[in-house]
Amino acid sequence: MQLNEFQDALSASLLGDCTTAELSPAWLTSLQAQPGFTVYRNTVLKACMDALQANYPSVCQLVGDEWFRGVAAVYARAHPPTDGRLMDYGAGFADFLQAFGPAAELPYLPAVARLDRCWTECHLAADAHAASADWLATQRADALATLHLKPHPAARWAWCTEHPAYALWAAQREGLGNHEGIPWEGDGGLLTRPQGAVVWSPLTQAGAMFLDACARGACLEDAATETLTNAPNTDFAALLGQLLQMGALTPFTKITQAEEAA
Amino acid sequence: MTPLPLTAGLGLKPQHYDEALRCSAPGLWWEVHPENYLTDGGPRLAWLEAIRGHHPVALHGVSLSLAADAPPDEAHLARLAALARRIEPVLVSEHLAWSTWRGQYLPDLLPFPRTHAALHRIAGNIARTQDVLQRPIAIENPTHYLHIDGHDWAETDFLADLVQRTGCSLLLDVNNVYISANNLGFSAQAYVDAFPLHAVAEIHMAGHHADPVHGNALLIDSHDATVAPAVWALYERVIARTGPIPTLIERDDKLPSLNELLAERDQAHRVLADTTHEEATCS
Repeated sequence: MQLNEFQDALSASLLGDCTTAELSPAWLTSLQAQPGFTVYRNTVLKACMDALQANYPSVCQLVGDEWFRGVAAVYARAHPPTDGRLMDYGAGFADFLQAFGPAAELPYLPAVARLDRCWTECHLAADAHAASADWLATQRADALATLHLKPHPAARWAWCTEHPAYALWAAQREGLGNHEGIPWEGDGGLLTRPQGAVVWSPLTQAGAMFLDACARGACLEDAATETLTNAPNTDFAALLGQLLQMGALTPFTKITQAEEAA
Repeated sequence: MTPLPLTAGLGLKPQHYDEALRCSAPGLWWEVHPENYLTDGGPRLAWLEAIRGHHPVALHGVSLSLAADAPPDEAHLARLAALARRIEPVLVSEHLAWSTWRGQYLPDLLPFPRTHAALHRIAGNIARTQDVLQRPIAIENPTHYLHIDGHDWAETDFLADLVQRTGCSLLLDVNNVYISANNLGFSAQAYVDAFPLHAVAEIHMAGHHADPVHGNALLIDSHDATVAPAVWALYERVIARTGPIPTLIERDDKLPSLNELLAERDQAHRVLADTTHEEATCS
């Protein structure tokens, strides 16, 4: 038998649902009949489920271990990991939950999953200098309008129109199981990594719009104008202050050491 | 390559980072799975670099899939090489197994028939890896749970031939030998006696447990317990023949305190120290 035939059949068999046994070659049936075959099947599935559970802790807390591991097994068979970095596994889990019938009773779940994913991406992203308020103050006043700020590589943000997904998510992350008192309205969150560890804070819809504009490459004036046009009541100075304090922004050009020292 | 200090090390888990940074046990070294640190940046890399500032670090890969019938993934190799440049590990190792296949990663160390064609393919994959990393790697004997037909080679001969063809070294996992011998019904002692011990750069020790359904007939390489007495006995048999070899205690589940792991490490340390002493007495 060729090595690639062996690997095609064994990998399909390990991730499959056992319903295609009648199509298996004799050698594979012989392997499947041995007690040790289950060890491989269990190890592969358990590792995928454990990784998904580790990467979506808030979703898991909201639905309970049993329900979560049930859906994790379905997800793992449909979308197995693509490489060994299991800390990054499950990028499409929120979209999967959106289309997963049994999750329909908890319509906020996909939005909470998006915030769990934001945490993972923030945690793993590249390092970069963040623009600070002090740094911004050193920029020439006549250059501020055309200044380009882009989101820091580790900054992630989400706005949910229908549900208080951020409040629910943050309550889980902060160990507060009690959701009483959370007003049932849309909200948003910003995740950054100013000192290494991932931190988060509420974000207004205007804040999300401004970050979206910066991510598209808009200069400071254009991004501000777009934000204020859509959300005229925004206290833009306060918003910019929050983003700079959280380390959510970085200049398009690298901050020089002289600028940083200033 | 910088020679490893001839002593015992521990697998490093995130739960022990802070204690590990403060740990000053003489000769201590740590081993990590590189997959957990293949990031663009962030706190994980910062942690590992901080640890590396205090003690040597070895990289023990689980997903290079050297026994797949395909070359190693170039993107993964490039990331691994970048991490190795950054951390300057004392040793890099991988498994005689496959896990990534046609773009899917099956998180396990999977078996294969040890055919002539497989030997040729794996030798090529090891050579490619060593070219990219610009250093030899150590290949670990896997745990076995299945009787597979079609082997052209005994595993010990297969590994010896890989050493000869590629210049790689070997990682002898004594717990894997014990479990495989139990599960497949061969002699662990005979396996160790036939193992190309001259090429062993590192030894792994770990705990296992009996399968909940099949009992002791099927042992599971769970890394969730202390090393079994029978595995220690097999280890002492190896060390008596080879002299001291860097030895790592692996623990991945049911993680005890770092002090408990350090105590288990001390047990390996004593075996290594006693061997050194006997050799010194003989000379």
